[in-house]
Amino acid sequence: MSAKFDIVIIGGGVIGTAIARRLSRYELDICLLEKDADVASGTSKANSGIIHAGYNAAVDTLKGRLNIKSNPLFDKIAEDLKVPFKRIGSLVVGFTEEDKEWLKKEKEMGESKGIKDLQLLDQKELLHQEPEIHSEASAALYAPTAGIISPYKLTIAQAENAVKNGVEIKLLSEVVDIRTKNGYIAGVILNSGEEIKTKVIINAAGLYADEIAAMVGERYKITPRKGEYNLFDKEYGDLVNHVIFPMPSKESKGILITPTVDGNLLLGPNSNPVEEKDDLAVTKEGLEEIWQGGTSLYPNLPRDGVIASFAGLRATLPSDDFKIEALNEPVGFIDVAGIQSPGLSSAPAIANMVAEILDDIRTSLQEELKLIEANFLPELEKQPSFQDYKQNLHEWQQIFLQNKKYGEVICRCEHVTRGEIEAELDKEFISPTLNGIKRRTRAGGGRCQGGFCGPRIAEIIAEKIGISPLEVTKSGPGSEILWTRVKDVKPDRDIVYGMGDKS
Amino acid sequence: MIRRKHELVIIGAGPAGLAAALEAEKAGIDDILLIERDEYLGGILQQCIHNGFGLDYFGEELTGPEYAERFIEDVIASKTKIKLKTMVIDISQDKKITALNEEDGMMFIEAKSIILAMGCRERTREAIQIPGTRPAGILTAGTAQRFINIEGYLPGEKVVILGSGDIGLIMARRMALEGAKVKGVLEIMPYSSGLVRNKVQCLDDFGIPLKLNHTINRIYGKQRLEAVDIVEVDENLQPKLETKKRVECDTLLLSVGLIPENELSKSMGLKLAENSQGPYVNELRETDIPGVYACGNVLQVHDLVDYVSEEAEVAARAAADFINDNLERRNEEVEVIPGEGINYVIPHKISYKDDSRKLVRHFFRVSEPQENVKINIYDDSQQKLAGFSREIVTPGEIETIKLPEKLIPDNTKEITFVLEDEGEGINE
Amino acid sequence: MSNNEIKENTIICVNCPRGCRVRVKSQDGEITDITGHQCDMGIDYAKEEFKNPTRILPTTVRVKNGRLDLVPVKTAKPIPKNKIGAAMQELAGILVEAPVSRGDVITENIADTGIEVVATRSIAKNSKNNDLN
Repeated sequence: MSAKFDIVIIGGGVIGTAIARRLSRYELDICLLEKDADVASGTSKANSGIIHAGYNAAVDTLKGRLNIKSNPLFDKIAEDLKVPFKRIGSLVVGFTEEDKEWLKKEKEMGESKGIKDLQLLDQKELLHQEPEIHSEASAALYAPTAGIISPYKLTIAQAENAVKNGVEIKLLSEVVDIRTKNGYIAGVILNSGEEIKTKVIINAAGLYADEIAAMVGERYKITPRKGEYNLFDKEYGDLVNHVIFPMPSKESKGILITPTVDGNLLLGPNSNPVEEKDDLAVTKEGLEEIWQGGTSLYPNLPRDGVIASFAGLRATLPSDDFKIEALNEPVGFIDVAGIQSPGLSSAPAIANMVAEILDDIRTSLQEELKLIEANFLPELEKQPSFQDYKQNLHEWQQIFLQNKKYGEVICRCEHVTRGEIEAELDKEFISPTLNGIKRRTRAGGGRCQGGFCGPRIAEIIAEKIGISPLEVTKSGPGSEILWTRVKDVKPDRDIVYGMGDKS
Repeated sequence: MIRRKHELVIIGAGPAGLAAALEAEKAGIDDILLIERDEYLGGILQQCIHNGFGLDYFGEELTGPEYAERFIEDVIASKTKIKLKTMVIDISQDKKITALNEEDGMMFIEAKSIILAMGCRERTREAIQIPGTRPAGILTAGTAQRFINIEGYLPGEKVVILGSGDIGLIMARRMALEGAKVKGVLEIMPYSSGLVRNKVQCLDDFGIPLKLNHTINRIYGKQRLEAVDIVEVDENLQPKLETKKRVECDTLLLSVGLIPENELSKSMGLKLAENSQGPYVNELRETDIPGVYACGNVLQVHDLVDYVSEEAEVAARAAADFINDNLERRNEEVEVIPGEGINYVIPHKISYKDDSRKLVRHFFRVSEPQENVKINIYDDSQQKLAGFSREIVTPGEIETIKLPEKLIPDNTKEITFVLEDEGEGINE
Repeated sequence: MSNNEIKENTIICVNCPRGCRVRVKSQDGEITDITGHQCDMGIDYAKEEFKNPTRILPTTVRVKNGRLDLVPVKTAKPIPKNKIGAAMQELAGILVEAPVSRGDVITENIADTGIEVVATRSIAKNSKNNDLN
């Protein structure tokens, strides 16, 4: 017996989930497959979280066009999905006369693309906006429409909303092969051996898109480019007021500094090609590189304020552009590959474009697919979060009175209550892991990095899901956080030496 | 929702908060609220099940829970009101406390006086920025201690410990005793920062190697920790890459330092001292907001709980005097300066005049281990006020000096503690 | 193997941060010479540690129906070092019923040393009441 769907989406990143949500408007059976224990486990979990204004990607590229189309869509998406999003604006900061000239040209180019309200700031205006910036910074290009968002919260919310509208998400489900029949897509085989039948495959596998494409005989190569980051304590969140870019280089927009929607400060990324698609190691050199970059803009960055370092990988194609198209053969295979920056900024437009492609090919499928509008529910309910009530603690009392679990603080650094954690575990779409809880509630993501609350969150997950704490993982099977119960193993009888002279 | 007023509110019911509550009541304060975020009293002592506590304070050797329970039983029997599982969210400059718990919800409490006794937390991997992946199996020694001693779970089988502070040493023994294989303890400095006794009884007894001048250079493992690269460091603490060696392990315990937990102190705008990492206090452990005191590990990271209890009692008596308006300020405050060879001195200043106390106890840490030294104390005109000999001093152990009140001149603006060779110094 | 062989052991004195490496020479188990100490405490410590090295053993024992699943315990007196492994093995098999009071004797003769193991914390019965310890 095998499951049957109209569409299978491979990859639960910001792109795969955006597509899932977009297509859930139709009366279609859709399944999203994610190989990891949660959505947003690849590129979508570790990036800058910037919604770019759109002037900095060339207009003749697909990514440039989609970024510009997407930017205005985020206000409604964020509102519908209850994802924090702030249009704080971005500044590209220059130091020399040459830089100033370049910024001027960049402004003109942006305006010609229709980006509104770009402004050139002189040194005085820049200092007024960013008092802590390097004293020699002399000019900046201000783009008020740039914003910040939590990339993994957006991805998770898109997944939740897709599920609400009927999409089935299978976690820990890796596609190991694709079945075709007479030149048409027929199904996928999972690592479990299970076969899922489908007419359409949408390849949103991020870093692994080339491997999925190879299963249908298509050849291209995704090169991972690593970007390393430092995250700072909330104490330093207001050191910087905008997304601050340096003058860009060929490879990337440079090492930026930005507040995050959660109130931390984020520094990074560098950009270095790596061999392995799971090489998420932070390196000494890399951390040094981003530190140099950061302090060249903000000399007073507090080294002691770093609460986490991490790395993310961009999925890049040789063309350095997105590749979004349906294959001629097999019919029913749509590539959504090479989604590097500004991929997050372009996600809604990418999803729209995939819907258009689907409309184009639906009649040429072996069996026609009908796009009938369903009763789409675009909104998610807002979950109470104590963080949001800091200025209005009396109102939190009303939430507490409904459910006393909202009074028990589990994460002491981020002030996350038991109620908030359990609410996440009560949802239809969950990832009952420490990282899953951290991304959804911030519990364990603060300055002590789960030192105090890790054991408690593990206990809550175990209790709610009905598993032993020994089965609780950080990020899926293999990442169990505990080994055994004490007293179940015993030391050797001669564990202690007779004389303290063996050292 | 609760709105209340209390004479004294104590934040934290670890050893500092417990001792403060008892002493304040003894000093005549009978409206005390003790707030604790955990579900039991005693704080971190409850997970420190090893012995070695209390020799100074009780004159006998106790385990952490035994030391704690001596205070807990008295506090429970006292008039002090206790709120467990209660998280203080914010304290304002005018001593209004906002807290949250599952029984009352939001609590808004006004206090005449506040004693901060929040303790400290551990530095994490991030604080020392070890390169590599981010798998499961990397945890602070204290988190492992809670898992093993309170929750009843062993976090791993093959263990490497980074940092030779006492918690790291104690956990090496603890995990070995429970059947884990402890592969070694690494210390980046050329000396252990733990007590000699712990080195002998926690490592040597179990044949666990202590590798001085060593650190971890890289972490491996995708889901669960698989290995670490250990490397020797040179005199500038830079890794000597040719010495790199891979060690297989599924668990890395970090014992790389403690940080006083001063988020609330910051939220109320207290002046903090960079050298001791806690509030800037006078000899009564009073912060720069009158009536707000700090004691225990939130003020300075102690190595003996006995001193924590003692320090808390100083703060509690002061809070009682503050509430009863019994204090007499000096005409001129005396700043206490850590000079050459001294990392910090607590108190940071002397603000009150009190002939009855005779001695003012100072706590300090030296910056490097040394033998046969003198701690000389000078006034602001370089006149030596006193000198104290020590056969051996090390940064790992807090030193104390009881300075006679009468030796603190009325007219000096500061006194400076200086570490000098025996016989050195003027005006011997 | 000669019984007259002179053996030398190094014992680190734990009485102060100096941590003297005290060298103990012995023949037939009798101390013949002690060097390396810097004060008399070193001699006493080395003698004791050579003849009869003992340790207090602090650990935990499982609890049934308690507010916590473990109760911390210790040996009431120091036990010989070479009995520690056996003591841990024995304690791993013990399950005590809550409530437990500090000082309760968990076992009377741990690893045949004749020494008691006692609870070092009180563990209340698991109930809905919020006991303070």
